[in-house]
Amino acid sequence: MKVSIYRYNPETDREPYMKDYELDTGGQDLMVLDVITRIKEQDPTLSFRRSCREGVCGSDGMNINGKNTLACVTPLSEVAPGVREGKKPLIIRPLPGLPVVRDLVVDMTMFYDQYEKVKPWLQNDRPKPAKERLQSPEDRAELDGLYECILCACCSSACPSFWWNPEKFLGPAALLQSYRFLADSRDEATEERLAEMDDPFSLFRCRGIMNCVAVCPKGLNPTRAIGHIRSMLVQEGV
Amino acid sequence: MVTSATSLGRNGLYDWLMQRLTAVLLGLYTLGMLGFFLFCPDPDYQSWSGLMGALPMQVVNTLVLLSIAAHGWVGLWTVATDYLTTRHMGGPATAVRLVVEVLIALALLVYVLWGLVMIWGGA
Repeated sequence: MKVSIYRYNPETDREPYMKDYELDTGGQDLMVLDVITRIKEQDPTLSFRRSCREGVCGSDGMNINGKNTLACVTPLSEVAPGVREGKKPLIIRPLPGLPVVRDLVVDMTMFYDQYEKVKPWLQNDRPKPAKERLQSPEDRAELDGLYECILCACCSSACPSFWWNPEKFLGPAALLQSYRFLADSRDEATEERLAEMDDPFSLFRCRGIMNCVAVCPKGLNPTRAIGHIRSMLVQEGV
Repeated sequence: MVTSATSLGRNGLYDWLMQRLTAVLLGLYTLGMLGFFLFCPDPDYQSWSGLMGALPMQVVNTLVLLSIAAHGWVGLWTVATDYLTTRHMGGPATAVRLVVEVLIALALLVYVLWGLVMIWGGA
């Protein structure tokens, strides 16, 4: 099969280019990460991030045939019809919208800066209980679909609002995490959290195009979380 | 929190609500106008003047005019702050954006004033 990979080494290349590789997969339905790993055996200069290789660490987010996803949990058969059979090339690029450090490795600073802004930790100034702050099963269930985010950046880097205003718009990943704490019965900073997002950019730059939902490799729904935050702001402000 | 000096209400929720409320009003007005042309397929000056000269319609037209201005400003300001940025066009972006925003604001202001003259001028 033909594999076309984005290559860029800022120390030696004037500009990025796509490099084609041939790989014999023997018809196996390999994960894309396995394909890239085999290509790295051919060409050790290829750079990419990977760690757990099972969709938990979020290191190998990349753009595969036009869609952001995790290479380690994406089999060739799911990329596009004909890719596994070698009828169509496998095309791999870094996550869009983020500066490229080298090849498929992107600089995630802007992404983490926005994550930090939502203060992704529990805020509760009440005296500490002897063991732990308890939640009812119903309150705990409110966090389902939120806590599972692994911060792979597939969603935020698929969002045009984040491409255009990455310093001002929090992006779907950070907003999902913000709602994860807004929805937490143990968190007491609701007003402060909402006040931080009441400007025209941080939250409201979301247009609801749902690219984030379409690409999330964990099946989460940041658009719905953003809608919940917006509803909370409406209830507070109207 | 991002400070915005040129957005309509300097506040995301206000702009978001305003854009949606004005959209509802503009949508209803469009349906009303479609209804008028549907049930009055051959409108002459008398019927048009009778409709537009009535006080309730003058009030509605004024609200619609202001809604177009508010809706237009929120939308165009958003487009300007998406595309006319240093990320897209480098250093001059802020100056270009400011000029474009002033031009849009002036156009909308002229549109509103001109519209008010038309609505209330008693043509």
